[in-house]
Amino acid sequence: MNNAALNLDVNALLPELSMVVAAVVVMFLDVFNRGGRSVTRPVLPWVALLGVLAAAGASVWLLGQPVSTFQDMAIADLFAEGIDLVILVATGLSILLSVKYIPTVNPQTGEIYALLLLVASAMMVMGSAIDLIVVFLALETFSLGLYILSGVNRGNALSSEAAMKYFLLGAFASGFFVYGAALIYGATGATQFSQIGMQVMSGQADLNLLYPGIALLLVGFGFKVSLVPFHMWTPDVYQGAPTTITAFMSVATKAAAFAAFYRIFLVALPAQQPVWGWALAILAVLTMTLGNLAALRQTSLKRLLAYSSIAHAGYILIGLTTGTPAGADAALFYLLTYAFMNIGAFGIVTLLEQPGQMDVDISAVRGLGKRRPLLAFTFSVFLFSLAGVPPLAGFFAKFFIFGAAVQGGWSWLAAIGMLNSAIGAYYYLRIVVDMYFAEPTEETAIASKRSYAAAFGLAIAVVFTIGLGIFPNLWTALLEGGLNQIAMR
Amino acid sequence: MVPTNYYLILGAMIFAIGAIGVLSRRNALIIFMCVEMMLNSVNLTLIAFARQWNNLNGQIFVFMIMAVAAAEVAVGLAILIAHVHHSKSINIDDINVMKW
Repeated sequence: MNNAALNLDVNALLPELSMVVAAVVVMFLDVFNRGGRSVTRPVLPWVALLGVLAAAGASVWLLGQPVSTFQDMAIADLFAEGIDLVILVATGLSILLSVKYIPTVNPQTGEIYALLLLVASAMMVMGSAIDLIVVFLALETFSLGLYILSGVNRGNALSSEAAMKYFLLGAFASGFFVYGAALIYGATGATQFSQIGMQVMSGQADLNLLYPGIALLLVGFGFKVSLVPFHMWTPDVYQGAPTTITAFMSVATKAAAFAAFYRIFLVALPAQQPVWGWALAILAVLTMTLGNLAALRQTSLKRLLAYSSIAHAGYILIGLTTGTPAGADAALFYLLTYAFMNIGAFGIVTLLEQPGQMDVDISAVRGLGKRRPLLAFTFSVFLFSLAGVPPLAGFFAKFFIFGAAVQGGWSWLAAIGMLNSAIGAYYYLRIVVDMYFAEPTEETAIASKRSYAAAFGLAIAVVFTIGLGIFPNLWTALLEGGLNQIAMR
Repeated sequence: MVPTNYYLILGAMIFAIGAIGVLSRRNALIIFMCVEMMLNSVNLTLIAFARQWNNLNGQIFVFMIMAVAAAEVAVGLAILIAHVHHSKSINIDDINVMKW
């Protein structure tokens, strides 16, 4: 048999493969560094970045007609490439921020960049997976990588504690996910999404197995994107993990998991929309409200951003709840803007962090506007965008999400979402007020580190946070019709 | 032939025992074993379904789960050891430097 008969179109996975190749190259180059001797260490982040750029190029090259490959287990369509680009943005920005930061955390930098690339490639596979087996494999691959990455600061008790919590709860949640997948397989006899969809549509599926299966899948999914009530691990892991890793996982994990679940719900289970739609709506309300309320009373900047990321998962979930292509389009745009503004905000935290501290108290930003005007301005842009202030990207992201909800007949959900962004605005803007109008106290006067790579990354994030707000159509035009493609299949 | 339902009920019971174990035990190693038990109950369920549907998807899924479980053991024990270096304890009630 030749490749055509087996349907092994490797080109369709070119973005993922270039990331894996880059990871292998990074690991190989890292072999020359032993102990204190560092031969290739300074070039490793740049090699990793090259891999990210190659993957981004491949993703853009693949934009066009959908190609399914590996016997309909993976697909390269516009939705997959859009998710790829979000994950690649997150990876690239995190690498730029890590150049100066990671050596202060753990000198064994090679492993970190290789793991980061492998985790990102697994997430990209998840975005193009159209089979439950592939979704499970990708989910576990990136989860295992993230457990290691969050505990990479082995000298720090906080970091190893974060890894431990993440690992135990993550493995527990994977058990639920995979049991759900097994029950759906039992109900339909298929693991491929469109085959499951056909079985369910024809009424041959055993609903006594299907509904518990959907519920268990939701538990596993809720854990991965930290939906309330499965969010307990999030603040601790986000606080304990190295900040650039936190930035990466707060964005990329959400993108990958939302992509996979959008496909599962819309391709495999469209007939059950009334059931899972309501379940997701309730989860979205809980997630937004609890995330925002808990963020109000945080004193640690990293924990505040962790709770804010829980709230943002709730907003993105609204796009999934509608179950329409417009909702998915809005969610994808939200994820992209979120990649720029949230990694930007975490990037500022890395600059404010004292060596060996792993965390920043909220009082540390007092008077930053006078001491470091440019840094304070950058931080304000990200915070305004997270709060959803026009004309920044965060505003249009929320606008599209709530617009899609109203169109899809979920007006009350959009209303609760808007109320929540009002609550959210309070704690974001409080930081801005502290930066510009509060007098710095003696002990909070921190000298932030200077890093050209991080400055470059932050500059890109600022440009896109403002640019996507002024020209939100650029991105939507790039992916126009892409979301209809998956709904058709 | 043993009916599929018997296997499903057995699988569900083992899964429940594992899940309850994760929630009630305080030793991280035992919790980890309970998670493995949950994964194995899923394997049993998948095999039963694969026989019922007479296709191989379920069996292939089981191979993947076994491979993932093995990788999880490697990573999990390494994280456990790194943690014990700091806290000298594998009781999860001691994992409380950060508040839950």
